[in-house]
Amino acid sequence: MQQLGSTIAANRFGLGARPGELASIGGDARDWLRAQLKGRPSPVADPQLASSAEVLGQAFALQREIQQARRSGDDVQKKLPQFLQPIYKSEATARFALAVTSDRPFLERLTQFWTNHFAVSIDKQFMAGLAGSFEREAIRPRVLGNFGDLLVAAEMHPAMLLYLDNHLSVGPHSPAAARANRRQRGNRTIGINENLGREILELHTLGVGGGYTQADVTSFATVITGWSVGGGNGLFASGPPGRFVFRPDNHEPGTRTVLGRQYPDRGYEQGVLVLNDLAQHPSTAHHIATKLARHFIADDPPPAAVERLTQAFSEFGGDLPAVYRTLIDLREAWEQPLAKYKTPSDFIVSSYRGLSLPVDASHGPLAPFEVLGQRTWQPGSPAGWPDRSADWDGASALLKRLEWADAVGGRLGSRRNAAELAPQLLGANLTDATGTAIARAAGAQQAVTLLLAAPEFMRR
Amino acid sequence: MSAIKRREFLKVGALAAGGALITTRLAFARAAAGARRPRFVLVILRGALDGLAAVPPYGDHDYGHLRGEFALRAPGEAKGALPLNGFFGLHPSLGFLEESYAARELIVFHAVASPYRERSHFDGQDVLENGTTVAHAAQTGWLNRALAAAPGVPRRDAGVALGQNVPLVMRGPAEVTSWSPSKLTGLDDDTLARVTDLYARDPLLSVRLADALMADRVAAEPGGAMAPEAMAPEAMAQSMAAAPGAVAGPAGSPQAKSQPAQSAPGGAYAQIVHAAAGFLREEDGPQVAVFDTTGWDTHANEGGAEGQLAGRLATLDKGLATLRGELGPVWKDTAVLLVTEFGRTAAINGTRGTDHGTATMALLAGGAVAGGRVIADWPGLSSRALYQGRDLMPTLDLRCVLKGVLQDHLGIPAPALETSVFPESGRARALEGLMRA
Repeated sequence: MQQLGSTIAANRFGLGARPGELASIGGDARDWLRAQLKGRPSPVADPQLASSAEVLGQAFALQREIQQARRSGDDVQKKLPQFLQPIYKSEATARFALAVTSDRPFLERLTQFWTNHFAVSIDKQFMAGLAGSFEREAIRPRVLGNFGDLLVAAEMHPAMLLYLDNHLSVGPHSPAAARANRRQRGNRTIGINENLGREILELHTLGVGGGYTQADVTSFATVITGWSVGGGNGLFASGPPGRFVFRPDNHEPGTRTVLGRQYPDRGYEQGVLVLNDLAQHPSTAHHIATKLARHFIADDPPPAAVERLTQAFSEFGGDLPAVYRTLIDLREAWEQPLAKYKTPSDFIVSSYRGLSLPVDASHGPLAPFEVLGQRTWQPGSPAGWPDRSADWDGASALLKRLEWADAVGGRLGSRRNAAELAPQLLGANLTDATGTAIARAAGAQQAVTLLLAAPEFMRR
Repeated sequence: MSAIKRREFLKVGALAAGGALITTRLAFARAAAGARRPRFVLVILRGALDGLAAVPPYGDHDYGHLRGEFALRAPGEAKGALPLNGFFGLHPSLGFLEESYAARELIVFHAVASPYRERSHFDGQDVLENGTTVAHAAQTGWLNRALAAAPGVPRRDAGVALGQNVPLVMRGPAEVTSWSPSKLTGLDDDTLARVTDLYARDPLLSVRLADALMADRVAAEPGGAMAPEAMAPEAMAQSMAAAPGAVAGPAGSPQAKSQPAQSAPGGAYAQIVHAAAGFLREEDGPQVAVFDTTGWDTHANEGGAEGQLAGRLATLDKGLATLRGELGPVWKDTAVLLVTEFGRTAAINGTRGTDHGTATMALLAGGAVAGGRVIADWPGLSSRALYQGRDLMPTLDLRCVLKGVLQDHLGIPAPALETSVFPESGRARALEGLMRA
């Protein structure tokens, strides 16, 4: 039973056991998890990584250069991707390396969970250069803080404002709109963009059935007009490049009603006040509790477990460590040891941890994520990556995992002993069938392939 | 593994996988009977395609001021639409679809919507795919349930999803598979046999593996999606590059290459279309293929005759032209349906884009389609006519289209359509006569 506890702690709550990890967890798996919640969150240890403001400032400047060069007919199409792509690679590689080597893997999984909750996706302009710094600046420092602070930091980060188009949103009765209307030539319109307002309500806080209306979406989007980014081009040039800027000229004046509550106009704080209330809303507690339970217990989590997490979220006012401790204490989280099918990212990271593979920046470290269908920070939509088996267990996806596992086995050859590793990685989940298959493998390569292919390695 | 070896293996492997049966192929029987074998392709346009941009109602007198600088004009004028019927046009990027319309191989539906009436992409896509009226009300999709209700002996591989995983619309009781191009090399027979054995007591993994091998076999047949002549040389060269510790080389390069147009139906989309054609061409391959494209969520800088959306539509259109070309003689038995979760606001928003809306368009193309028509009960675009004062009003339930296609093209019995496929859809009656007799 003790061994089952450490197996679940390392593989479900953590990112996959490393050799020796189950033994080091020892008797009380819950203590091992709780200890990871103490102290400050672990930073990404790469001093080369630039801040989002630096990246964005340079990207805006490059964009201006490109626009000028285009007028002179130079071929400059690729300049921006050429600038942003290396940043993405460095960031994603550093994050991957931390996940593989971390001795606080539960905390690392929580960080990934929250980044996915507040998802930006690198298929939108600038995001390849910002997704990593967004996680490092807005998410990572607050995963052991209060949900309300995390929410405000995520929504006000330039990456989020750009990703969901809020930097361009203008109040219809704002000074900027009045000027534009006086000058109006042709049919150009100026006004609000409700993308960010809607996704905050639907995805980040209340959840889709959380009791808001289209009127709330429009009103909230109006409240956050003026939340923008400095140093851009055209109408958005002023302000410190690449940083949050409040543009009073773009802000819709006046008191607004959101979810039945009135918010007087206090500039950018009007939006912060709405966010603070959203963070405390019972629908938000339920929404977050459901996502955590789905991630850590089962695709369709037991309602009682969701209820306990909801209560904890409300009772502790969104204090995240208190919510995590409630999660650790939930009986349901320790009952079905293999209820969750690993995502491709989980499968890759746990393979690297289990086989002690180096994340080598010079050897295409991100290729497995591409091949297995989950490129880091590219969920393709603000909803983030889905979190159910059916989203990941396709036939073709399975075959690719097996082919990749076989390629890993081929590279390692006899440098790993799968028979010795199997009990260290799979612990109490290791079945006789898998043990026998590995023991009887035709060679060391095949043994590694079978270890990674095992049904109990495909799940957590 | 060669195609033949894999085929041999499959018989053993599938039997080992919990006694699952490979059904007798019906192809010969069908061919002998001279029966038409219909093919169906469903393309899900994720992100809410702007129906008023793809199929502009330039004849509506409210359209011009709603769309402002992005309004498309009558055919023949500057920024003109492509001609349909004198009231509706096609976006100028949709040249292949215009030809299809002229050849009576395209039906355009407008002011159409699923039963979903909120504005969440994710719930909207869920309703679009689950075939009920409520998001998350079913864990299976209407297309899979239709395949399960198809007459005749159930097949193991009636449908294929092009992609690593199967979208909701294709999940359910009927066994379907998924396929996507691989940069990796296949497992040798011995390893495959051992993995199959290891999965024998795992109901999920045993079925998935057998399905994957089946799809691979079909793809590897001459002319299939994975046949040697169809594999890009670079994909072959990269086959091993993804393993950790690979010799320095093109391992990281797929990322660079696919940037920055990932969300556009770009390079990966072309591969998917190619693969879909490969599967559907097979005499005894799957009859139904599903794939999706993203990047339609045009909140800012959508563009008009040119611009962001125009580029994506052009790629989509080109892919459909490729599909027709690669299907060759099979095109005459094919129907391709393009649907999206909902439409966008009738007016341009404050950031030269459009926000989430309600009704939109759907397109049905193919040699089997009785085309050259626009089917729309046009509600108009005056402020009074708009849904909630902002969106195109739905006047046609998308399920009427889906039922019509499933019934007349795939021969799904009407009682199944009314119960298991689209529960509680009695008011949404199947549109008749969509297919050629």
